[in-house]
Parts: sequence; structure tokens; C-alpha cells
Amino acid sequence: MERAGIAPRPFRKGDNMAKKKQLVENLVHGLFLLLGLITVGCVLLITLYLVVSGIPAIREIGLADFLFGRRWASTAAEPAYGILPFILTSIYGTAGAILIGVPLGFLCAVYLAKMAQPGIRNIMESAVSLLAGIPSVVYGLVGMLVLVPGIRRLFHVPDGASLLAAILVLAVMILPSIIKVSITALEAVPREYEEASLALGATPVETWFRVSVPAAKSGIAAAVVLGVGRAIGETMAVMMVSGNAPNMPDLFQSVRFLTTAVASEMAYSAGLQQQALFSIALVLFLFIMLINAALKAFLKGSKEG
Amino acid sequence: MNNIMTARDLCLWYGQAQALKNINMDIAENSITALIGPSGCGKSTFLKTLNRMNDLVPGVKITGQVCYREEDIYDKNVDVNQLRREVGMVFQKPNPFPMSIYDNIAYGPRTHGIRKRGELDEIVEQALRDAAIWDEVKDRLKKNALGLSGGQQQRLCIARALAVKPSVLLMDEPTSALDPISTSRIEELAMGLKDRYTIVIVTHNMQQALRISDNTAFFLLGELVEYGDTQTMFDQPADKRTEAYITGRFG
Ligand SMILES: Nc1ncnc2c1ncn2[C@@H]1O[C@H](COP(=O)(O)OP(=O)(O)OP(=O)(O)O)[C@@H](O)[C@H]1O
Ligand SMILES: [Mg+2]
Repeated sequence: MERAGIAPRPFRKGDNMAKKKQLVENLVHGLFLLLGLITVGCVLLITLYLVVSGIPAIREIGLADFLFGRRWASTAAEPAYGILPFILTSIYGTAGAILIGVPLGFLCAVYLAKMAQPGIRNIMESAVSLLAGIPSVVYGLVGMLVLVPGIRRLFHVPDGASLLAAILVLAVMILPSIIKVSITALEAVPREYEEASLALGATPVETWFRVSVPAAKSGIAAAVVLGVGRAIGETMAVMMVSGNAPNMPDLFQSVRFLTTAVASEMAYSAGLQQQALFSIALVLFLFIMLINAALKAFLKGSKEG
Repeated sequence: MNNIMTARDLCLWYGQAQALKNINMDIAENSITALIGPSGCGKSTFLKTLNRMNDLVPGVKITGQVCYREEDIYDKNVDVNQLRREVGMVFQKPNPFPMSIYDNIAYGPRTHGIRKRGELDEIVEQALRDAAIWDEVKDRLKKNALGLSGGQQQRLCIARALAVKPSVLLMDEPTSALDPISTSRIEELAMGLKDRYTIVIVTHNMQQALRISDNTAFFLLGELVEYGDTQTMFDQPADKRTEAYITGRFG
């Protein structure tokens, strides 16, 4: 076919204009690659640093004594470095927060995504976003001033600063991410599924819980994992409400988490004590990696349907 | 023959726009009624007034009457879920739930309180047989329904609708997304079902309407232009506009 009126344009790489453009392309490409590498570099550096500085103490204390030792007395005349109380506290605390926060956040998401009037939904969603933006020290503060005395009075315990207080604070802190991710998952459920269910004579509530929720389950699972990640890594707020004593976990006892163990002693630690803190950080890091892997698996599952 | 559903002076508005104008129509029991007409003329809208799926659209206003076995289905004492059990629906795009074939079919009966395994098994098998898909899926009932072909999915959806034992089955262009072989299977299926069910089917395919339906309704711009025996309408349409449409001069 004739291309009437269009002069042939060269498209070989030889001419000047094209060379310049190619150069800019390459430069930009290189710059972005560099930025990407910086991120990767940071992660690698931190990992390497944690492993290198975390291993000596474990060597000296012995892996089993370190992980399963029930006594932490880093400043005693005869120091003991068992972090089982911290590990269990972190696990119980996170599990408790999930147990409370997930049903709450999830049902809230169902309400917002499916039932709420647009006006109410707008207001509630802004509130949730605000909740997500509150700094953790503020959670800690409110927990300290309201929750801790409240628990003391309600349960008649000598001190309200306890695992329970930490669990409650964490439960509230993970709400926003659980709500948001669950809403996204619920809204991604095709409208056709719900119509099919209604057309079979199911009520709206039956439809949400028997069709929409199962169809959104991998997204909701991702929300749970995200909540776990947030809860296990939280430091400031739990430090302020948990009393921070290295006891074995008990709902009404003062406890210390993996995160708070590192944060509370780092400033004045030295020698083996300091090395042991690095080892705790390494354990925490491994936990987080595990959670990330789980999240990846869930997200992959949700993509594949 | 009895009329199982009737529409009297039915008007419907989506907000300000009127989509149905004074529709009067009797639907005979155990027959196939085809709804034809150009795109946007209100076929789907009319179909959805028959099981009140229009209730889901915000801003819909309906006047007039639709009766199912002499009962006004828009009466405020009507249980919509019960109505939809009697008047089932199959959609244009196959929409099986993302669960196993078995659970898809059992969904309706379970919703309506049937829990016994044996009873469910029976219902599932019967529905799949009625929808002419039993032989293809009997060995993979536990497999996800989304793994079926488009035509199989549509027959599964028909089976799912049959499993709640409706009297009327509404189908909105059930074959428009399917290949010719799947299409003819569904046509045969519809014809086989009509001694036990009443079928109302929307179609853009004149040949399909002619092949399977007993009565045909021709809609244009929200009005029911002509309604009557299919053969008669295709041989001697009473209205000029009907003739123009079925001979393919507009639409
Ligand atoms: N949810 C809705 N909101 C507002 N207007 C609508 C809605 N659904 C349909 N309409 C309008 O109502 C009219 C009838 O639509 P309907 O879907 O019933 O047509 P149809 O005959 O089924 O067309 P098609 O053959 O393309 O499916 C159209 O003008 C359409 O734009
Ligand atoms: Mg339509």
C-alpha cells in the first residue's frame, strides 16, 4: 500500500537525535536501578549486621539455654540470659491481639463494605484512617492513663500494667490495617456472585457470610498476617502498658516483649548483655521474615483464586 | 392453559428515566416465553421485575402490578427471598460461585434449610441430570466449578437454579457468551424442562426465539409492542415495527 504524503523517516540508531535520547534513557535506567539497589542494600546490610552481631552471644550462652531459658537477669551478679519469657510474651501478646482485633476488624469491614450507608461509611472510614495515623506513643499514653488503672480496678490486681493491657492496646492498633485490607478484599468479590446468591432466595446477610466472605478469604488471611506483623513488631506502646518485667507471660502480670527487651536495656548495656540484646533482635527479625513469607504465600494464593 | 405470572400496567423508572411503559403481559404455565427487542429496550428490566431483582438497583420506582399465581409480588407482605425461590434466575454471564461443583448446587437447598447429606446428594444429582451436565461432572463434584468451560458453567448455573425447585426460570441471554454447540445444548435443555417449569428467556437471536419459544414478546423503547404465539408472530407480525425488527431491518 502507498503511504501517500508521508515522507520516509529514518529509524536507524545512527543519527544524533536518536543517540542523545538513547543516552538519556540509559542514564535514567541506571539511576533508578541504583535507587532500587540502595533499598536492597539496606536490607542486606541490616540482615548481615544482625546475624554477625547476634551470633556471638548465642554461641557463648548456648542456643538452647538462650531460647529456652526461663530466667533473664542480665545485670545480676550471676547473669542469666534466657529469653523464653520474651518469646512467649510476644507470641501470646500477638495471638491475643489477633484473637480480639481480627473478629472486630473483620466484622467492621463487612459492615462498612456491605451494609453501611455511604454517609456513615465515609465518616467511619475517615475514623479508621485516623486511627492508623496515631503514633504508637499516644496509644501507649492513653493505655497508661486509662487502660492500666481500669484493669487494676476491674480485676482487683495490684498493678494494671500487664499482658492484658498490652493485648488490648495491640488489638486496637492492628484494627485499621485489618479493616482496610478486609474491605478491599470484600469489594473485590464480583457482584455476580452476590446476585446469584440473592436470586436463589438467600437473604443479604446469608449472601455476605456464605458467598462474599469465603470469596474474599485469602485477602482476609493477608489482613491477619499483616496484623500479626504489626503486633509483633510494636515496641513503644506495649512498653508503656506492660510493666516491662521479664516474667513468664501471665494475663495479669507485668511482662516484657522481644521488642521491649531490646529497647529497654540497650541504652546502658555492655559486653555479653549487649551482645545478647542483638541476639534477641535477630530472633525478632527471623519471626518477621517468617510472617512476610506467610503473607507472600497468601497473596499468591489470592491471585490464583 | 393457566397464566402463572401476569403483569398489569407495569411501569418502571430508573431515577427519572422510564424504562418500562404500561406493560400488560400474561405468562402461560409450562411454556417458553421469549423476550426480544433491540438493545436497551427494557427486556432485562422486565425480566428482573418478575423476581424483584430490580430491588437491588438504587432509585428504582415501580407502579402497576406483577402477580405470581394471582398474588401481587410487590405487596409489602411478600417475602422476597421466598419469591426468588419460586422464580429462579440464570444470568447472561455464567456466574458459578468459586466453590466446588457440589457446593454450588447445594447452596440453594442449604440456604433453605436442607442439611441432611443423603437428601442433598439426591437433589444435587437430580439438578445436574436435569441440566444435562451430570455425565460430564459426576466424577469431579468436589472440584472447583470455575474449572469448567463456559458452556458447562452455564448449565451448572441452570442446575443450581433448578436445585431450589422453582416454578419459573428466568434466563437473561443465557447463551450469548457461548459457542454454537453449547448454545444448542442449552436450547434443548430449555425445551426439555418446559413440562415441569415455566421459562422466560431474553434473547437477541431470532432463530433461537423461533426454535424454542411458544410465545414471543417484542419490546421497543420500554413498550411491549406485540405479544403472542411465536409462529404467528414470525409468520405474520401484526405491527410494522415487529416486522421490521424480525426481518432484520433495525435493531
Ligand atoms: N441499573 C440501571 N440504572 C439506570 N438505568 C438502567 C439500569 N439498568 C438499565 N437501565 C436503562 O434502562 C433501559 C433498559 O435497559 P435493559 O437492560 O432492560 O435493556 P435490554 O433490553 O436488556 O438491553 P440489552 O439487550 O442490551 O441487554 C436502558 O435505557 C438502560 O440504559
Ligand atoms: Mg439485557
